[in-house]
Amino acid sequence: MTIQEISEQIVSEFSLFGDWMDKYNYLIELGKSLPMIEEKHKTENNLISGCQSKVWLHAAFEDGKVIFTADSDALVTKGLVSLMIRVFSNQSPREIIQADLDFIDKIGLKEHLSPTRANGLVSMIKQMKFYAMAFEMKG
Amino acid sequence: MKQNVRTDFPILAQQVYGKPLIYFDNAATTQKPNQVLEEVSRYYREDNSNIHRGVHYLSQKATVEFEEARKFLRDFIHAEKEHEIIFTRGTTESINLVASSFGEKFLQPGDEILLTAMEHHSNIVPWQLVCEKRGASIKIIPVTPEGELDLNQLPGLISERTRLIAVTHASNVLGTVNPIKTITTLAHQHDIPVLVDGAQAVPHLTVDVQDLDCDFYCFSGHKVYGPMGSGILYGKEQWLDALPPYHGGGEMIKEVRFSGSTYNELPFKFEAGTPDVPAALGMKAGLKYLLDQGFEEVIRYEEALLQYATRALLNMGDIRIIGTAREKVGVISFLVGNSHPYDVGTLLDKMGIAVRTGHHCAMPLMEWYSIPGTVRASFALYNTREEVDAFIAALQKVKQMLA
Repeated sequence: MTIQEISEQIVSEFSLFGDWMDKYNYLIELGKSLPMIEEKHKTENNLISGCQSKVWLHAAFEDGKVIFTADSDALVTKGLVSLMIRVFSNQSPREIIQADLDFIDKIGLKEHLSPTRANGLVSMIKQMKFYAMAFEMKG
Repeated sequence: MKQNVRTDFPILAQQVYGKPLIYFDNAATTQKPNQVLEEVSRYYREDNSNIHRGVHYLSQKATVEFEEARKFLRDFIHAEKEHEIIFTRGTTESINLVASSFGEKFLQPGDEILLTAMEHHSNIVPWQLVCEKRGASIKIIPVTPEGELDLNQLPGLISERTRLIAVTHASNVLGTVNPIKTITTLAHQHDIPVLVDGAQAVPHLTVDVQDLDCDFYCFSGHKVYGPMGSGILYGKEQWLDALPPYHGGGEMIKEVRFSGSTYNELPFKFEAGTPDVPAALGMKAGLKYLLDQGFEEVIRYEEALLQYATRALLNMGDIRIIGTAREKVGVISFLVGNSHPYDVGTLLDKMGIAVRTGHHCAMPLMEWYSIPGTVRASFALYNTREEVDAFIAALQKVKQMLA
């Protein structure tokens, strides 16, 4: 699936929830199914700075696709991280670089994109795009 | 304390995410009563003018008000002389002033500054900056697991190279009220001055700087119902006289020649440039508001609310309170089971409850407790038991969601 298709899928999943609590419960569930980062990649180097909660992000480049794995020590953050992985992992660098992420707004989680939230979502997206750029140049 | 104190705070009437706002982040900043909002706006509407130099009517009026505010502040902290009160932008600026000026004059390579393990970054980093410049070093008074200062260690930490002790009056994380008099007594036996960070104490305790016998005392107006950007540094006259100026500019000089300048007398020596007059007047209005409610009664009310909230939290089970000192101000730091403070804070926010999460600008203290941070609820005179009940009910929900 393309980034656009996955985004639309996420938007339709979230549209099922009437109130914030169901939405966050779902987010927390998603976090639990996150493709876990291997222990050896949970390094200081892979930590994303600027987060109140810790987020580790690892990227690999296989057959022209970027494979992301990640983890966080907070559940809400983990949920947000899992959405980003679902959207970006297994995509080509070009698609990741060009992706627009308005689905986050559409599912009502835009507040997490505020740079003052300190949840690191903004830094994480930046970092994922950086990896994509680096892989594209190496490509 | 009057019954309907909440109606004085217009911001409290609002809803967030469709739920009534419960504001438990008062240790970060308190809300402002109408009396403060009106005073700031009145100043700009009626009296705005630059102070101290004008010969005209408005300038003199503004000057008198500004100096009246200084006298009010002197009385509020029971200082001896009004020129021992320096207006600053807040606690952080006050500490930076002392660290910079004291360091320049009195710190030599090999000298030591004593801090405590429970200091806010504002009472750590200014000292690190000046120690680095002067080749001095920092030593730390440790805390006990309950969150009290381990003062048994203090005599051993004081050496002939100790030049100053900087300590918080009340911890922004633990709520602990520190025994300042014990510290000043010991420090003065060795002729060591003591700086006290009063940011968290002033909203909740009657402060008497002469009784504490501290050499410097700092606090911020915005944590005591006043405007942001307001605050003071108190210093004993002999210390303020001994320190070189911090910032240069207008107001702080007597004569300026290109061959050199002479400095104004206290307090103006430390008040370069146009001060934030409305902030100073607003700070006075905020403190006056607190006194008008009956400070003693407010203290008792907040103490009872703290105990009520502490008991309710402990009754929930699976709650770890960080900071269980015998004497505390209205601050509770806690952890819910194994949940990350960030998750707890995010979900409470969705229920209209404002708490703070994270390291609270006290990373060394978090490291000492080996925790990533805490959830912190902190109270002010407008908080109620009903709000605490709603907070506990919300926390129960949060616990379920994060289970």
